Amino acid sequence: MTPVEPITGSRLRHSLEDRPTGGAPQPFVEVDRLSLYYEGKPAFQDVTLSINKGCMTALVGPSGCGKTSFLTCLNRLTDLIAGCRVSGRITIDALAVLAPDTDVIQLRRRIGMIFQKPNPFPLTIRRNLEFPLREHGIRDRGQITQTMETTLRDVGLWDEVKNRLDSPALALSGGQQQRLCIARALALLPEVLLMDEPCSALDPLSGGVVEDLIVSLRGRYTVLIVTHNLAQARRIADHAALFWVQNGAGRLIEAGTAKQIFEEPRDPLTAAYVSGMRG
Amino acid sequence: MAETLSRPQNPREWLALVLVWGAAGLVTAVFCWLLGDIVWHGLSHVSWTFLTAPPENAGRRGGIGPILVSTSLILGVCLSVSLPIGIGTAVLLAEFTSNHSLFGRMTRRSLDVLAGVPSIVFGLFGNAFFCKTLGLGFSILSGGLTLACMVLPILIRSTEEGFRAVPTSYRLSAAALGLSRTTTLVHLLLPAAVPGLLVGLVLGVGRAIAETAALIFTSGYVDRMPESLLDSGRALSIHIFDLSMNVSGGDANAYASALVLVIMLLAINGTVSWLAIYGLHRKIVAA
Ligand SMILES: Nc1ncnc2c1ncn2[C@@H]1O[C@H](COP(=O)(O)OP(=O)(O)OP(=O)(O)O)[C@@H](O)[C@H]1O
Ligand SMILES: [Mg+2]
Repeated sequence: MTPVEPITGSRLRHSLEDRPTGGAPQPFVEVDRLSLYYEGKPAFQDVTLSINKGCMTALVGPSGCGKTSFLTCLNRLTDLIAGCRVSGRITIDALAVLAPDTDVIQLRRRIGMIFQKPNPFPLTIRRNLEFPLREHGIRDRGQITQTMETTLRDVGLWDEVKNRLDSPALALSGGQQQRLCIARALALLPEVLLMDEPCSALDPLSGGVVEDLIVSLRGRYTVLIVTHNLAQARRIADHAALFWVQNGAGRLIEAGTAKQIFEEPRDPLTAAYVSGMRG
Repeated sequence: MAETLSRPQNPREWLALVLVWGAAGLVTAVFCWLLGDIVWHGLSHVSWTFLTAPPENAGRRGGIGPILVSTSLILGVCLSVSLPIGIGTAVLLAEFTSNHSLFGRMTRRSLDVLAGVPSIVFGLFGNAFFCKTLGLGFSILSGGLTLACMVLPILIRSTEEGFRAVPTSYRLSAAALGLSRTTTLVHLLLPAAVPGLLVGLVLGVGRAIAETAALIFTSGYVDRMPESLLDSGRALSIHIFDLSMNVSGGDANAYASALVLVIMLLAINGTVSWLAIYGLHRKIVAA
């Protein structure tokens, strides 16, 4: 394990000050003609999309159109899936993600991922946060404690768990578990956050809390969020992209600002899909 | 539990109920009868002296001290060889080999066949390979290694199942946090796979400690106290076999030895279950 630059307060502040302050938006994640095949069968094809720094981009579309698959390309989680082949190009902050010599450990440290089902490790709350930090070379007790408190406060969990940090994470409620998973990702100071339907496995109330949390992350991270909830996409996203299955493979139908996608869709499919939210 | 089952409604259900309970009752009764028989005949002969003294007069009198030592040494050799190899192979099969690859399929198939091979075949193999080819002779080492070969298929397959039972989401979320495969394996997958490992261990040790056929040809049946792993040593099960089949008047001590063997088995099972429930729970949740 290569030790990495320790997390310091100043770096955290730095990322806070990185909010887009108007001006020309810079593309941070650029996806060029990306296709993904499972055992030779295409999940999605020819997706070209660019995502601006500090923006919240919602990926919407019907089930099975490759949204989850798309997210897993960005942090190369696809490497873990046997029989999965990815072609095309992804650059994140000038880093060629799909290049064979890319250090995936460092890449994944820069890209946090939140899954649909909360998946804390079967460890204590404390160990859930501490374990990844230690593995990334942060050994200093004080610093770990500090990061733990900061991130737990960030996700609004600190007051709920500060007296039970050493109890099992799996004893938390679903919504708390999901917020713990977000804290666990944030503790590594990622620049990009991939969220795969982070609220859909939660009850409406906890889902709402998590949604508020995601909104509070706006501007501090470049967020890609998959959601089936169009109202939610409309509430929280700056940009939106619609995926659809055509000829047996997912395609990117339309991408643009959330306002444009939801109010003046250009593609008839998009129009039909977003009007479904009223029906 | 019984209250939650609804009362049988018709004769066919009654019949099924009687058959199910009858079968379960029969199995339990046979086991109790066996155990009762052993305890009844054996308990009065088991004493501290019996456990520590060497056998006399071909085992008719005296105790089983050296035999217990040999048995433990054989078991020790067996476990210290089979555990690392078993866990390693299980990790390779479960985590680094695809389900469909030729290598994985062949290895799994061979292991399943090996798990069902009669122990006498392992005994002959051990005799030919460890005793003769490797020149270890009739020794505790040969016996332990032969038992390891016999236990490995069971151990590997159930440990592998243990790994496969760990949800993929752990692997994905660990990878997404930038944890290396080794770290994930050691800190997350291994603890989660321990129940499977323990099941394999119980089955394996149970098979090993009760083994006679494989040991007759490999560790021999010299009943003196072994001085090294290269000495021949008599295992408890062979002692029981010898006393009851070849030594007239050895029945009392055979019963007592059998009782000791059963207690050893129960103790090992108990310890492993305890480990599974308490030790593991603490390790996973609080470590
Ligand atoms: N590991 C896999 N192996 C084989 N095929 C897969 C795998 N994962 C997904 N697929 C297939 O790829 C296609 C896209 O799946 P994906 O999970 O990316 O869709 P999705 O848009 O996230 O759907 P949902 O909204 O239901 O989550 C589907 O047809 C699915 O069956
Ligand atoms: Mg999905």
